[in-house]
Amino acid sequence: MHRSAAPGLLIALAVLAIGIAIALTVGRYPVAVSDLFDVLWSRLAGRTSTAAPAVENVVLLVRGPRVLAAVLVGAALAVAGSAFQGLFRNPLVSPDILGASSGAALGAVIGIYFSLGVIGIESLAFAGGLAAVAGVYAIGAFLSSRDPMLVLVLTGVVIGALLGAAIGLVKYLADPYNQLPAMTFWLLGSLASTTAADLLPLTLPIGLGTGVLVALRWRMDAMSLPEEEARALGIATGVLRIAIVIAATLVTSASVAAAGIIGWVGLVVPHLARTLVGPDFPRLLPTAALLGGGFLLFIDTLARTMAPIEVPLGILTAVIGTPFFIWLLAGMQRNWS
Amino acid sequence: MPLDRRALVAGLSTSLVAPHMGLAQPARVRNVTDAAGRAVPVPARVERIFPAGPPAAIALYTVAPDLLLGWARATTATEREFLLPDVGSRPEVGRITGRGNTANLEVVLALKPDLILDIGTVNPTFVSLADRVQQQTGVPYALLDGRFDGIAGSYRLIGELVGRRDAAEERARYVENTVKTITSRIADIAPGERPRVYYARGPRGLETGLGGSINVETIELLARNVADETRGGLGTVSIEQVLRWNPDVIITIDREFAANVSADRTWAPIAAVQSKRVHLSPQLPFGWVDFPPSVNRLIGMWWLAKIFYPERFPEDMRTLTREFYGVFYHVSIDDRQIERILAGA
Repeated sequence: MHRSAAPGLLIALAVLAIGIAIALTVGRYPVAVSDLFDVLWSRLAGRTSTAAPAVENVVLLVRGPRVLAAVLVGAALAVAGSAFQGLFRNPLVSPDILGASSGAALGAVIGIYFSLGVIGIESLAFAGGLAAVAGVYAIGAFLSSRDPMLVLVLTGVVIGALLGAAIGLVKYLADPYNQLPAMTFWLLGSLASTTAADLLPLTLPIGLGTGVLVALRWRMDAMSLPEEEARALGIATGVLRIAIVIAATLVTSASVAAAGIIGWVGLVVPHLARTLVGPDFPRLLPTAALLGGGFLLFIDTLARTMAPIEVPLGILTAVIGTPFFIWLLAGMQRNWS
Repeated sequence: MPLDRRALVAGLSTSLVAPHMGLAQPARVRNVTDAAGRAVPVPARVERIFPAGPPAAIALYTVAPDLLLGWARATTATEREFLLPDVGSRPEVGRITGRGNTANLEVVLALKPDLILDIGTVNPTFVSLADRVQQQTGVPYALLDGRFDGIAGSYRLIGELVGRRDAAEERARYVENTVKTITSRIADIAPGERPRVYYARGPRGLETGLGGSINVETIELLARNVADETRGGLGTVSIEQVLRWNPDVIITIDREFAANVSADRTWAPIAAVQSKRVHLSPQLPFGWVDFPPSVNRLIGMWWLAKIFYPERFPEDMRTLTREFYGVFYHVSIDDRQIERILAGA
């Protein structure tokens, strides 16, 4: 299927731009649009804003970082989802297929169990995600078979279930008054505690992983060919597979460490991007990233404005994502293959 | 011949349950009505009590420590410093109620308790749990009210159940007098004039107790909880929401949050941070504000009152602390220990 990617990309870009404009103007703390522009413009021009310090604080230190984090995490999950779906040639694969989310969740609940600080919890989550995928990959490689991808997916599912059991054990042992609620909140996903200091540890792994995927974009399409054909084209599928897995895992672990478990984005957004620009990976990747960023930003804006208390992202993405996914399934078979 | 499974199960359960059913009905049994209105058949001598969870263990410890079989979770070395040595070191026995059982009913039976004491929520879920455990184990199970304003009543019921009415009455009076002394001194302050308080949990201080939640009972008795427009239990809020509430005072149980909030630029504009009214709750041996929700929150009432209305509560916190720990925890503590407690160690 050949068609221009430009309209699809433009739609995705427009969704993101509108999303950012809305997200910056609304919130629980009232900020006038004129103040918002003044703060942002003063920042760019390098002079002090005439807006109240509290307003400047909200825009630059609270809302701004959170909007950026939502875009980054959404884009990361969509990129990782697109990569894994392409790699496994399976539309039902999401970024946690190799255990990245479960591993990160286990790291986080262990961090909460030992009453670590925020940095400790997030580092453990990030390390847990990487370790889980490394373990799955090592076991999958050890169980050499004629269908390595199937073995890898199955190993991921089984290890994911084991990690789920370990999470259950830590929750069961946790102090029910203090630690258990913290674990529950973390596992439901939230960007409520995002600060400017979180952006760097989020950007580095996501940038690195996405960079690798962008560099490999032309070879990704070869992964959708049968293995023998890819080899015939001179593509080392084994090396390529490891590179893609590492890149997508970096991206997933960083976003889960920062925002907790947010389902659906990595599963649904790649499909949406495919309906816009088709399945070719070089087009799919940027479109999915833009749409994912826009989608999660929209969800997070709802999460922080609907009520005085935060609505967990994992709940909102599922409530909005499920009907959306069903609607997609009803009308999009044509875009596969 | 295939086994008839139903007959087998019936036979097994009869033979397992029957001996305990027999035990539960010795000659001198009296019925005590618990907070759920259940008639609990209590033996004449109650010497071994299994606490269903931490609130029951603490309440029982304060009035009859010798009867306590163990703790829902083993106490830590720092907690034991403020408890009777031989009671503080009693084993971990798990919990029956609350969020999931950790106690094995066979372990409960092996400890041969005369009574299972549960202090917490009185609702159909926990009433049916109490009935079921009592039926299964043959051990009488008393369910008491765990809300803060139910503490005095729960003490009197404990006295009734374990046959120590005088000691229990003394504690109940102490609780009632303390609450009355504190609340009457601020009775003339209209709700609108009371300080607006944000209760912060979690390392970033963004978990809070919503209106009516058990976590903020004592705070809401004395001041206004900024999060009370939404009713419920615990919830997460955004920093924007806290900025908008702009609380006068912040009470927290999280050390990391308490240590970092003054240097955090996002929290800087909040009135409580600017006026340095962010307070870390003492938590040894049990928390003063939030959990476990038991009588340990009583000393926290004084602490909160002094924070909210310093001019109306000139009492020395050290004297009050020493007295409370003497009466309720049966320990005498020195000034250095008190300083550590008050510093939130």
